[in-house]
Amino acid sequence: MTTVKTKTLAGDGQAPAVSVLRTSPMRSARTRRLGLTVLGWAIACLIFFPIFWMVLTGFKTESAAIADPSLIFSPTLESYIEVQARADYFKFALNSVVVAFGSTLAALLIAIPAAYSMAFLPTKRTKGTLLWMLSTKMLPPVGVLVPIYLLFRDFGLLDTRTGLVIVYTLMNLPIVVWMLYTFFKDLPKDILEAGRMDGASTLQEVMFLLLPLTLPGIASTGLLSVILSWNEAFWSLNLTSSNAAPLTAYIASFSSPEGLFWAKLSAASTMAIAPILVFGWLTQKQMVRGLTFGAVK
Amino acid sequence: MKLTRALPLATLTAAVAAASQAQAQTEITVATVNNNDMVIMQSLTEEFEAAHPDVELDWVVLEENVLRQRLTTDVATGGGQFDVMTIGTYEVPIWAERGWLTPLDDLPEAYDVDDLLQSVRDGLSHDGTLHALPFYGESSMMYYRQDLFDAAGIEVPEQPSWEEVRDWAGQLHDPGNETYGICLRGKPGWGENMAFVSTLVNTFGGRWFDEEWNPELDSPAWQEAISFYVDLLDNYGPPGASSNGFNENLALFSRGNCAMWVDATSAAGKLYDPDESEVANRLGFAPAPVAETPKGSHWLWSWALGIPATSEKKEAAETFITWATSKEYIELVGETQGWTSVPPGTRESTYANENYQQAAPFADFVLEAIRGADPTDSTLEPSPYIGVQFVGIPEFQSIGTQVGQTVASALTGDVTVEQALQTAQRATERTMQRAGYLD
Repeated sequence: MTTVKTKTLAGDGQAPAVSVLRTSPMRSARTRRLGLTVLGWAIACLIFFPIFWMVLTGFKTESAAIADPSLIFSPTLESYIEVQARADYFKFALNSVVVAFGSTLAALLIAIPAAYSMAFLPTKRTKGTLLWMLSTKMLPPVGVLVPIYLLFRDFGLLDTRTGLVIVYTLMNLPIVVWMLYTFFKDLPKDILEAGRMDGASTLQEVMFLLLPLTLPGIASTGLLSVILSWNEAFWSLNLTSSNAAPLTAYIASFSSPEGLFWAKLSAASTMAIAPILVFGWLTQKQMVRGLTFGAVK
Repeated sequence: MKLTRALPLATLTAAVAAASQAQAQTEITVATVNNNDMVIMQSLTEEFEAAHPDVELDWVVLEENVLRQRLTTDVATGGGQFDVMTIGTYEVPIWAERGWLTPLDDLPEAYDVDDLLQSVRDGLSHDGTLHALPFYGESSMMYYRQDLFDAAGIEVPEQPSWEEVRDWAGQLHDPGNETYGICLRGKPGWGENMAFVSTLVNTFGGRWFDEEWNPELDSPAWQEAISFYVDLLDNYGPPGASSNGFNENLALFSRGNCAMWVDATSAAGKLYDPDESEVANRLGFAPAPVAETPKGSHWLWSWALGIPATSEKKEAAETFITWATSKEYIELVGETQGWTSVPPGTRESTYANENYQQAAPFADFVLEAIRGADPTDSTLEPSPYIGVQFVGIPEFQSIGTQVGQTVASALTGDVTVEQALQTAQRATERTMQRAGYLD
């Protein structure tokens, strides 16, 4: 630490040529780091700005929201009160929580065995199967809207949480399997073999060796799946009406082609993203650990 | 079990059964758009439930385009998710023809169906039977800034012409002070720029299709109308007019940036409300301008409440839609929300109401505009379709939006009017061929 500080002092201003030569690798590394930090912050701010602006707009009056953009205004809770008066936030939020976590749990239950067999007992068709699974994500969802709608109608799944959980599970399954597959593949086979030598059954092998060892990976996969389900708007708008409608449908009800609605829409959006944002913050560590898990071998 | 014991038990069971019967409520799901008038309807839920304790309302509120797609999917597949649907004059005849809507041929006498404005009623009927009840109706008209017109010494005749409008726009255009001669819709979409452009083409003597369903978008009338529209906005319109829809123009006009604006009559209530508009006390109204013919110079639209054929709770649904479109409902809104907030354009009795007449000086203009709009006869030469600002066929949504985009690109100057109309004509021909209207 101290050396760095001394170098900083020495490196400042117009240092003699010798000293420049001596400190230049250090300096350029430092400038690069500073540059990267600034760049990182700039990109982060750029990405965060729309969210920041949305939160701000939620506290404006409708006329202030469409007036020329300004940071100075007298904040009001008017929009929040009106938004809550028009629709019961908690009903939608509960649906979102149930559906997002339910579908993630279901996806993990199916994907863990699938990824296990693909990672540790591959056949010559494993690669093809993986690609084929991913290819289902290449179809725009609206292409299968009518068939799915008809199936849901016949099975009585329209406007039910069960229905949404099924769709979200299927929607996220390819990604979940892929992520788990890469995490599992990074695990040395020998560890599982050692377990088997000691007489562990396959189930025990998975429960006591595989899962604890790849927990960060599984956690980050689960988190991603929760976030994807939380934000999904196409299916939730089309397959629900009133009982199972999650927060995405709630937000959609505040957009309008007629009249002023920006402040109310912003207030509703802020409330809709708040839970998942807090959840994201709390689990940030797992996310980052999981995403970089196995990166350095 | 002895009779002495069984009897009280049986009585109790019967009582419980009766009580639960009395509480048995029919829950109906109402799908509607997020426009101001519908928000008021939703806020009056308790009043409805108090008057009809056996019916409970469940709301699904969505933005217009999302709702349209959502409802179409449901009604076309017979999903049966909704008991009441909010649809417009465009959908009603098409859906009714396919048997997707419940015909409303035996409405209670107290509903006074003859009080509904005739043109709106026609717009919501199929084979002479109503298939949805009008919640509010609108036409289009011209708004102008009385103060600017007075200062320039311009007097607006009873029926202005588009040529006069162009001259006035030239006189009043003052971009240095952010006052533009005229604001008109430019944002592409069949319900956005094309609603206005269709009325302009109508009054210039054009039509979408001839009687054999051949598109006429490259006809001289279209050329003339679109050139007029593009020149007018280029010379005297606000900057970036091609991204202005109803909302944007409403904001511009109410902030005092436009000398004239031709758009929906439903904007009048908002422009006349001093809380929402800076020009409330210097507002002038006139009928929509005309050119060659007054036919189809102003549109007709109504948001209406219909019951899908798949609903299993038709009786409760009908109770609700007759309530929400009744005279009593209009009275209720007037008393609780103020008379400028009542849903306009549906009933003769609204316009005979003194309270409304007093609160809304534009009432007579609106009534005349709606009465004068005839969806069955809106073009100079005869046409095979119903609708003033749209063509009442399912294919029109895509045709209208596509043509809307080419018109907008002519407005931005990316292509000439001639090129735009040729492109539009070819695209429309293709769609009509595929749909089987043309060989």
